[in-house]
Formats: sequence, C-alpha cells, structure tokens
Amino acid sequence: MGAGHAHKLFRHGHSPVHALPAHCKLAATFAFVLVVVSTPRGAVWAFGLYAVLIATVAAAARIPAGFLLRRLVIEVPFVLFAFLMPFVAEGERVGFLGMSLSVPGLWGAWNVLAKGTLGVAASVLLASTTELRALLLGLQRLRLPPLLVQIASFMIRYGDVITDELRRMSIARRSRGFEARGVRHWGVLAKTAGALFIRSYERGERVYLAMVSRGYAGSMPVIDDVAATRAQWAYAAALPVTALAVCLMGWTL
Amino acid sequence: MNDDSPSLEVSGLAFAYPDGHQALFGVDLTVGRGERVALLGPNGAGKTTLVLHLNGILTGGVGTVSVAGLPVAKRNLAEIRRRVGIVFQDPDDQLFMPTVREDVAFGPAAAGMRGAELETRVREALEQVGMAAFADRPPHHLSFGQRRRVAVATVLAMRPEILVLDEPSSNLDPASRRELADILRSLDVTVLMVTHDLPYALELCPRAVILSEGVIAADGPTQRLLCDEKLMRAHRLELPFGFDPRSVTVGAA
Repeated sequence: MGAGHAHKLFRHGHSPVHALPAHCKLAATFAFVLVVVSTPRGAVWAFGLYAVLIATVAAAARIPAGFLLRRLVIEVPFVLFAFLMPFVAEGERVGFLGMSLSVPGLWGAWNVLAKGTLGVAASVLLASTTELRALLLGLQRLRLPPLLVQIASFMIRYGDVITDELRRMSIARRSRGFEARGVRHWGVLAKTAGALFIRSYERGERVYLAMVSRGYAGSMPVIDDVAATRAQWAYAAALPVTALAVCLMGWTL
Repeated sequence: MNDDSPSLEVSGLAFAYPDGHQALFGVDLTVGRGERVALLGPNGAGKTTLVLHLNGILTGGVGTVSVAGLPVAKRNLAEIRRRVGIVFQDPDDQLFMPTVREDVAFGPAAAGMRGAELETRVREALEQVGMAAFADRPPHHLSFGQRRRVAVATVLAMRPEILVLDEPSSNLDPASRRELADILRSLDVTVLMVTHDLPYALELCPRAVILSEGVIAADGPTQRLLCDEKLMRAHRLELPFGFDPRSVTVGAA
C-alpha cells in the first residue's frame, strides 16, 4: 500500500491508530457504535464520556479537532430532522422562548443528535486513519460477502473512468451547441445517463473477459493478507470495551 | 508439456456466434516457439474472435487449438489461461485492481502464488516493462502509454508461453509506441500481435498472416506480404501515406 488511493477523507499519518490493521479498526468502530446506540438516552453523562473517548482516540491518531469537526458537517441533514422533532412530536409540552415544545420530542431529538454525532465521529476517525483500499481488505477479512467487496473495489477503480466518460459526453454535447436549460432538456440528459449505463455495462463485460483471461474463477485472489496480532486486537478493543463499561453503568445507575 | 511442440497450433477452427453470424471458416495457424507473428486483416475479419479462442473464452465451434501441446479444453482452462497472455486493447479494461502492483499480482495470485515468490514475480514483470517505480500507483493516474506497458506486465507476470497483443500501438504517441516496441523486442517470448499498424508489424514481426473473411488468406515474411500490392488491396490493407515497405531494411530476427 503506498500513496496509492489517497482519498480526501484519509489523513496521512503514522500514529498507532493508523498502524492498526483495518479489520481491527472496523470491528472496533462497529462495536462502539452498537454500544452507543444501546445506551439509554436518559444517561446524559454517558454520552459525555463517549465524547471524551472519541476525543482520546482522535488525540492518539493525531487528528486535529478542527479536521474532525469539519468532517462532522455531513451529519447536518439528520440534525435538521432532529430539530424538527420537538415541534411535531406528541405528548406533554413545555414552553421555551414562547414556543411550545414536546418533551418526548426533545428527548427524541437529543437521542438522535447524541447517538448520530458519536457514530459519525467514530466513522470519520476510521475513515481518516484508514486508507480506502485497506478498508476494503479489512471488510474482506471480516468475511463480508466477497461479491460485495469486489463491487466496492470496482466502484473505486472505475469511478474516475466513468466520470471521465461522462465529462467527455458532456463536452461532446456542448460542442454541438447543447446547454441544459430547464425541464425541456431533461430528455437529453436522460439519454446521456442511458448511454453511460450501456457503455459502463459493456466495459464491465470487457473487464470480466480480461479477468477471466488471467485466471479469475469467481473469487479475488488474496494478495495482501494482513494478520492482526493479539496485542493489536486488544489495542483496538480498548475503545468499545471502555464504552461498554460506560453503557452498563448507564443501565444500572 | 513436450518442448518440441509449437507455442500455438490452431487447426480447422470454425466458429459461428449464437446469432448465426459465422466469424471463422476453418483457420489453420502454427506459431513456433519464440516467433513474433503479426496477425493482419481488415475490420470484421474475425481477428478478435480468433484471439478469444486462444484461451478458451470462446469455444464450441469446430477444430482444435493447442498451446505448447496442451489442447484448449475445459479441463485445462486454468493452465491454458496461464500460458496464453492476452493484452487487450483498452488498458482500462485490463487494469482493474486499485494499484499497479495488485494488478500485476492478480494472475499469479489467482494461480495460487503467495508471499515473497509473488512479490518477486511482480517486481520482475514490472522491471521488464520499465514500470517498477510505479508499483504503488493507481492505474488511472498513469499516462496511456504507461498503462499499456503495465497491461503487458500483468500478463508477463504469468510467464506465458505466448503473448497475444490486441492493437498494441493504438492510441500511443510515437515515443510510447517506440518504447513499447523496444520492450517487446527485449522479451524472450512467443508473440502474436493483432494490428492495423503495418509499419509496426514490419518493425517487430518477421512473419505475418492475413486473416480475411474468416480464413488465413496469406502467411509469409511480413515484408513480402506488405510489398504484394494485389494481395494487400484484395484484403483491404493499406499502407500509411509515404510508407514504402521495400525501402526498409528489416533486421534478421
């Protein structure tokens, strides 16, 4: 793995978190998210502790807070939905700044906001410390159905090729005097999409021929097999295990 | 198998596509070990159909194909595909893995090779085409000429008995075209080169065959065929403007 696929989500670094095998990090992130969503929403302090845990991991990974916060912006549409809940939900109401808000709605909004933010933050950390390619290998190692992993890796490989094709088609359209200006031109755009689909489909067939010619028989050969040591697993487990302890306290206290 | 059998032996090969279009009408072709042969012919002559028979992608017609004495048949397909290295025309179809290194490793890894042996194989193949420095790059970040060279490396890594090149010089700028010629000349492998680029055929292949309307219409020294104006015209083959095959001194191969 070299500088290869430096995706914009990835932040190059040499921290202990970067060095962990991808499948350990994937498993840890997934377990952490499960623990977070199963925490009772009333245990507000528990979510505070989770945030501290995330901040600790970010510090260990040397991911600056600003970087992490900027990446969290992806969550905004969900946050907007959460903000609507106190206004539309049923039940007991309280007055706040002259607005009437629903109490279950407020709790619902808090629930979505807190759990969503923690989940997104954990995913952002995973994405910024793990290369895309390594993530795919990690999924493969975690026994995700190989077909899904193959589809995802072809998406990465051919995304640019297909975008480029689309760009050339757009240049060809504009060179013949076409500008998309409103609904009347949607037909042309739809035909472009159709043509792009057929081109991609045909490319898929040619790629398949090339794969079969080199001995492909239904599964991708394992080229880089990354095995994780017990210590690496233990290191990766630190996050979800601590979170689990917090969660259990949240249920019992 | 036995060392005295030719690299490629095609006899009486006839094939019709499922839609009834007959592409090959009894092709006989023998390519000796270490020979470089150009396969010439107009569009629609059946060149691609013939190529896809060489590694058993197309089967079911009449006649036989054998590679170094091993017949192309279902039970031998894995070994046949290792022995016949096809370089397809569009390197984007051929290079489907996220990095150059993984792509070159694909064939040998599909055959079960792992670890240090695989790494050595990949490095050697990339060195043969002068692309060792690009091992960790994603293919779509390379120039077209570089991608074509990597495509050649992906099949060289399988140590093929015969290298089959589909239009190797297409879309290459003159410098890349010459670099590829130097690489092909330096390889100690049997080559069958499908091409419309007649000067390139003359430069690289001492022998040429003309496939026309599904049969081998001529077979002989490339220079002699190219100088036979009547033959060339009969099969829609044309030399580029100003090119006189008589004026070229072809080195002994």
